[in-house]
Amino acid sequence: MGKVLMKGNEVIAEAAVHAGCKYFFGYPITPQSELVAYMARRLPEVGGLFLQAESEVAAINMVYGAAGTGVRVMTSSSSPGFSLKQEGISYLVGAELPALIVNVVRGGPGLGNIQPAQSDYFQVTKGGGHGDYHTPVLAPSTLQEIIELTEAAFDIADRYRTPVILLGDGMLGQMMEPVEFKNLTERQPGEKDWTTTGTRGDGKPRIITSLELNADALEKRNEKLQHKFALIKQNEVRYETYEIEDADYIVTAYGTAARIAMNAINNARADGLKIGMIRPITLWPFPEQPFIETRDKVKGYISVEMSAGQMVEDVRLAVNGKAPVTFFGRTGGVVPTQEEIYEYIMKVAGGVEV
Amino acid sequence: MKTVFEKTTGLTDTQTHYCPGCTHGIIHRMVGEVLEEMGILEDTVGVASVGCSVLSYEYFNCDMTQAAHGRAPAVATGIKRVLPDRFVFTYQGDGDLASIGIAEAVHAAARGENITVIFVNNAIYGMTGGQMAPTTLIGQKTATSPFGRNASLQGLPIRVSEMLSTLDGTAYIERVSTHDVPNILKAKKAIRKAFETQKQGFGFSMVEVLSSCPTNWGLDPHESLDWIKDNMVPAYPLGIYKNVHKEAEK
Amino acid sequence: MEEILIAGFGGQGVMSMGQLIAYAGMKEGKYVSWLPSYGPEQRGGTANCAVVVSGEQVGSPLVSQPTTAIVLNNPSYYKFEPTVRPGGLLIVNASLISKTSERTDIKVMNLKATELANELGNPKIANMILLGAFLEITGILSDESILEALKKVLSPEKHSLLEINKRALELGRLSTKVGI
Repeated sequence: MGKVLMKGNEVIAEAAVHAGCKYFFGYPITPQSELVAYMARRLPEVGGLFLQAESEVAAINMVYGAAGTGVRVMTSSSSPGFSLKQEGISYLVGAELPALIVNVVRGGPGLGNIQPAQSDYFQVTKGGGHGDYHTPVLAPSTLQEIIELTEAAFDIADRYRTPVILLGDGMLGQMMEPVEFKNLTERQPGEKDWTTTGTRGDGKPRIITSLELNADALEKRNEKLQHKFALIKQNEVRYETYEIEDADYIVTAYGTAARIAMNAINNARADGLKIGMIRPITLWPFPEQPFIETRDKVKGYISVEMSAGQMVEDVRLAVNGKAPVTFFGRTGGVVPTQEEIYEYIMKVAGGVEV
Repeated sequence: MKTVFEKTTGLTDTQTHYCPGCTHGIIHRMVGEVLEEMGILEDTVGVASVGCSVLSYEYFNCDMTQAAHGRAPAVATGIKRVLPDRFVFTYQGDGDLASIGIAEAVHAAARGENITVIFVNNAIYGMTGGQMAPTTLIGQKTATSPFGRNASLQGLPIRVSEMLSTLDGTAYIERVSTHDVPNILKAKKAIRKAFETQKQGFGFSMVEVLSSCPTNWGLDPHESLDWIKDNMVPAYPLGIYKNVHKEAEK
Repeated sequence: MEEILIAGFGGQGVMSMGQLIAYAGMKEGKYVSWLPSYGPEQRGGTANCAVVVSGEQVGSPLVSQPTTAIVLNNPSYYKFEPTVRPGGLLIVNASLISKTSERTDIKVMNLKATELANELGNPKIANMILLGAFLEITGILSDESILEALKKVLSPEKHSLLEINKRALELGRLSTKVGI
């Protein structure tokens, strides 16, 4: 269909429709409201259903109900609303239900503001809700990548029976770029033998629950979850590297921060510095391998984030003390400029203590 | 030998965990019987809530989903919107529906979701050990109102049936009781009526069932039934609060 | 690579100017991005957008040192005049901005766009006059692409406005030569 110019929030919505998602339950919140409005208009065209819930809490539980019937279903929100969905996400994990949850991150904590931020990294990668769990987190950095990752998110959700989070920020949601939806055949989930849709002659009633009062039995169930997380870690890690072969320093950043950092890296390269980049695409599972492969060769890593320093902790774990790891970030919805990232890189590469 | 009584196929053979004298068992049986009698067991998805009835998914003999505390009407909405030709019901207590889940209940009712809510009101939190519920009566002693519920301190009880019946989205709302046989028979009729309402696609139906909690009320089973009659019924008058069928007849 | 910042009051057509450039750039096979500033207010207030038009994949969509800034009101002038990259271009709607830039390291184009738009009979198309001047000076996109983009942006019932928009673009181009 050729290239079209679209807003990021709308790209997420259209990509979900292309992935076969026909059900959306959500609640308006800036800066992702275009996504909700797009779905309200678009889903009836494909015989689907959009429902505006009374709250984010209700929305995620509607998703829980719909996911139990086996259809592809999603909700979206921004930071404060995403916090409200945490209870439901924990239940989705516990009951092993697939769904897509989008978080277009804004400045926090509390009501914060509506400017772009990456300060929900801890929340999305470390569990976020109660209980021992992780959810796969995909972080696109371009609008074209949103299409690819939204589809991947639904596939991962179905493959592992797990909620998956697509993480953007206000900038990615609000900006426009040309995108192309390439000859996609509509993906449909495979046969699901665990849904609750009424028995209708298919044997004994099924139960969807996260409750297990017996401690030993719950431990067994948790072991099964952990096994699933291990499989996801093994199979679903995604990242991109740029000019790391000869790099003295490696910048690591994700999402829109990676795009801005890329400009700074190119400028530093033009000035003769050997700077590379590792861009995690899955934030959980975190791509440890490119760090393991480079940590004995480089002089250091620089984590660039729109936060006070969250992903940098995973970078340190992956580097495991083999090289210095420093951090540059802006918070509260302030987006770092390529000039200040460039200056920071020059400082670190120039041996200035930071 | 002639069979004079058989357990409904609407319930599984799993033994319930309810305390002696608790009327949850009776309410389960009535719901199970209605599903069986209407021939809709295989087309039904039930939603269990959090509280004493959290394990109801093991007792109802149909597909069941367990919801987070208070969220059953939202979960039921998700199911029903995907599968509008299935019967979807929630089974919720007073803490679940009238306290933490009041928003979900009100909005499901306001949207006229074509689901059936079985709302069990025993004026107390049972599973957590007898704390004050939104429906706890004035003067009633509970673990968190040890001197008796005091309106100026703890507010006044919520009459859910009356409140929800003001919403245009509701189609059938009735309050019934379980304190004696005539009332139990009436309760079953009400439950049937609620599921018939859903069958006809009229919208939100709810049956509020006054129920006992001998353990947390500190009464024996028989005294508990009297307590419903003498204390709860006056505070929560029985009757039909919304009846779309009657309006249709007019 | 052209990094453009367009700023003014909400309602002056700032956002749509940026979108037209992005659309037209896409039509001409270039890499583009459009990034709006956004705030809690729905109307009024100051608004700006950043547009990148490039021969390569766009890195940062954020423009901190524009190659061109087009400013349509006083607050935008004061905010963005100092940020224009040396060697860059500043286009000023002189009908609404009294200050004149004293920078000598950039090209400055002062245009009485609102007055010109009034003469054309529609004060709302001052933005298209400024856009015409931008296209004339930078030469990065053709009028045809912009007009094609305009057809996309305007709803069919507003296609009657295409002609006046075309004239506004032409007037903008012309005005850079005669110095209005």
